[in-house]
Amino acid sequence: MRPDLEIIQQWVKPGNRVLDLGCGDGTLLDFLQRERNATGFGLEINPDHITTCMGRGVSVIEQNLDTQGLGNFDDRTFDTVLMTQALQAVRRPDMVLEEMLRVGREGIVTFPNFAHWRLRWGLTLRGRMPESEALPYKWYNTPNIRLCTFRDFEALCRQKNIRIKSRRVVDGQHQNSWLARLWPNMLGEIAIYRITREET
Amino acid sequence: MPDSLPTDSVGIVTPQTLHFDAPITLACGQTLDSYDLVIETYGTLNADASNAVLICHALSGHHHAAGYHSMEERKPGWWDSCIGPGKPIDTNRFFVVSLNNLGGCHGSTGPNSVNPKTGKPYGPEFPVITVSDWVQSQALLADRLGIECWAAVVGGSLGGMQALQWSLDYPDRLRHSVVIASTPRLTAQNIAFNEVARQAITSDQEFHDGRYQDFDTVPRRGLMLARMVGHITYLSDASMGEKFGRELRDQAYKFGYDAEFQVESYLRYQGERFSEMFDANTYLLMTRALDYFDPAYEYGGDLSKALAPSNCEYLVLSFSTDWRFTPARSEEMVNAMIAAKKRVSYAEIDAPWGHDAFLIPTPRYTDIFNAYMDRVAREVGV
Repeated sequence: MRPDLEIIQQWVKPGNRVLDLGCGDGTLLDFLQRERNATGFGLEINPDHITTCMGRGVSVIEQNLDTQGLGNFDDRTFDTVLMTQALQAVRRPDMVLEEMLRVGREGIVTFPNFAHWRLRWGLTLRGRMPESEALPYKWYNTPNIRLCTFRDFEALCRQKNIRIKSRRVVDGQHQNSWLARLWPNMLGEIAIYRITREET
Repeated sequence: MPDSLPTDSVGIVTPQTLHFDAPITLACGQTLDSYDLVIETYGTLNADASNAVLICHALSGHHHAAGYHSMEERKPGWWDSCIGPGKPIDTNRFFVVSLNNLGGCHGSTGPNSVNPKTGKPYGPEFPVITVSDWVQSQALLADRLGIECWAAVVGGSLGGMQALQWSLDYPDRLRHSVVIASTPRLTAQNIAFNEVARQAITSDQEFHDGRYQDFDTVPRRGLMLARMVGHITYLSDASMGEKFGRELRDQAYKFGYDAEFQVESYLRYQGERFSEMFDANTYLLMTRALDYFDPAYEYGGDLSKALAPSNCEYLVLSFSTDWRFTPARSEEMVNAMIAAKKRVSYAEIDAPWGHDAFLIPTPRYTDIFNAYMDRVAREVGV
């Protein structure tokens, strides 16, 4: 099992209602449906991914977060709203976070850390826009238009009164590493955040 | 006419007429004491009768959805692109049932059938039928065929309305409802187009208040006009432009009012052909059934409340250039399903053909339809 799925699974309770923003080919939702008896939807815009979801029994809605938002979902209709590796690809991540925590009680967000040492190295010494396993694109064709660091994200959460319930930092293969835990903003490649607006 | 049958065709098919003796009470309050339904079936019903798929037809459709009636038939059934061995509705796996709806003019009891009480054709006395009435008659058909629960009820346009209505009226008798290029209710503009079509028919001198059979005539001109205006709403500006543009039949303008542009002669041809094979009273009835369809009406316009009893999973598909039932109307339906906490998948398919796109196999449409129906088949173990 992919280690990030393993982590996310622990944060989804059995029978939870889940919304997955940018659900890709439905791997995560399929997994949560089988392992956690979760129900819910994925939103996706890639036609091939949508077809794959439909074929594997994942409910998927063709919906563009940038242009359509989440206005068709009522407040608090989901236990968990997921967004794995898509926050950096939307036009207004701040507004998406607001919407996530309007329609869901809790959000789980993963994104690549732009302050990882290898990216810093690329920019500082080579003077080129960084590329990595988590960010495998060229500057001119990348869908990742809103890159941020772990610290940036945490600052935004503070500003918006969003509480970070947990954070797990992993490397490019989604593996746990003691180095990443030691100095996350320098050594962690991907973080998995669990966020909420609710009090404990 | 095919020289030989394509390998992905269901082949030569023969319609069957089923007679129903138990009276059926309709939404309008009237009762039909007995009636016939003409059906075609493709594929084989499995031992536990779990692999049955119902095809619901649109305004001018009928039971002949796939295959050929004979080697002489010019074109296969109206949805042959999607029904057959290896096609989305795969007849190697599913038992497919397609019928001509009550009120139709292709063999099922309708306005041009003989009313047993008078010995004359019903004509305008045939009761107005609603989508719910059709669904009721289809449920009785399912009983007759020994089908307790459909693997899927599938339809485009007016057929999609039936697929939706099924999920409300018989929530435990279908696993999947596939609603293609449809809408939860007609708009004022949709009704307006229907009214123009009806006026074209009823103002034809040969209409005789719907009693044209008594006068041994047919309101051909009215039907032709009705079809012409309808046909325009099935196509898109772009597809008409691509097909005809401003092309003339001859080289130059003739400064007259005969059909000079290709699009004019095309519409006239389509209209004329239609007027020879379709019944005027049935056309009135079908357009009225469209107008009346509005499952949210009883719930103060809240479709999500109407959806409460539903128990099936939905696939909703729309087409980008469909201006008759736009993607926005499908999204309205999808959003109501989301609000009602139903399982639903939705895609808007890019296709240039307007409303008619649901009949035309485009790669993405076929891929999605294949993937979804493959999953339905696996779910029922075929």
